[in-house]
Amino acid sequence: MGIKVKCFASMREYLDLSEREIAIDGITTVADVWRCVAGDKPMPENTLCAVNQTQADTEFNVSAGDEVAFFPPVTGG
Amino acid sequence: MHSTQNAESPESKNNRLDKEIPSSVKVISEPLDPWQEITTFQSEYLTQGEFGATATFVGTMRDFNEGDDVTGMTLEHYPGMTEKQLQEIIHEAQHQWTLNGVLIVHRVGPLLPGDPIVIVACWSAHRADAFEACRQLMEALKSRIPFWKKETLSDESDRWVEKNTDGYTS
Repeated sequence: MGIKVKCFASMREYLDLSEREIAIDGITTVADVWRCVAGDKPMPENTLCAVNQTQADTEFNVSAGDEVAFFPPVTGG
Repeated sequence: MHSTQNAESPESKNNRLDKEIPSSVKVISEPLDPWQEITTFQSEYLTQGEFGATATFVGTMRDFNEGDDVTGMTLEHYPGMTEKQLQEIIHEAQHQWTLNGVLIVHRVGPLLPGDPIVIVACWSAHRADAFEACRQLMEALKSRIPFWKKETLSDESDRWVEKNTDGYTS
């Protein structure tokens, strides 16, 4: 079981990535997940991260089976 | 997507920390009729006589933003997290105020100016709780719930709305 990665709104366009499953090997934190899917692209300053649909910071530890999401500031309502 | 919690029993209605109040969270892609939603929730989940105040907020799409004419909008969200976090802000509100019920409905997909985007409705015995909970829920929705707007301008270009303003300070 790996980690499911999701991107939304402008982040989906920035990374050209909507949803992807990655292997857990070498992944400890949310920041590691970012490096795996984004390569050399820097994380925009205002990026929000979520683990299992709850906001988390980039140093949050992730486990196999987790869902990790990256997205810009929210603009609903 | 629609989740509704069961109505509490009459004897527990003053014990707001022990039991969840009736609440409904909906994310819909079809047109939103605020008044029909409010009427339906009230008749389905609330008892006449138990509430004395209903505060409602309806957010509607404007045809201008940041000095530009806006001709359309597409709203997207994070399915699953949206509903989970909406339930969370309702849970927080019911611990802060004495409420009889809360309804939140939000549109996604393509919208046109004049279309209702969101409703927040709060029922309470008294107006202070209804007004304040409604305001706080709306601000929490604007700042915490994963929805995103992309606007189409009159020259047919589009752009993501970058951030929401703080409703308490702007």
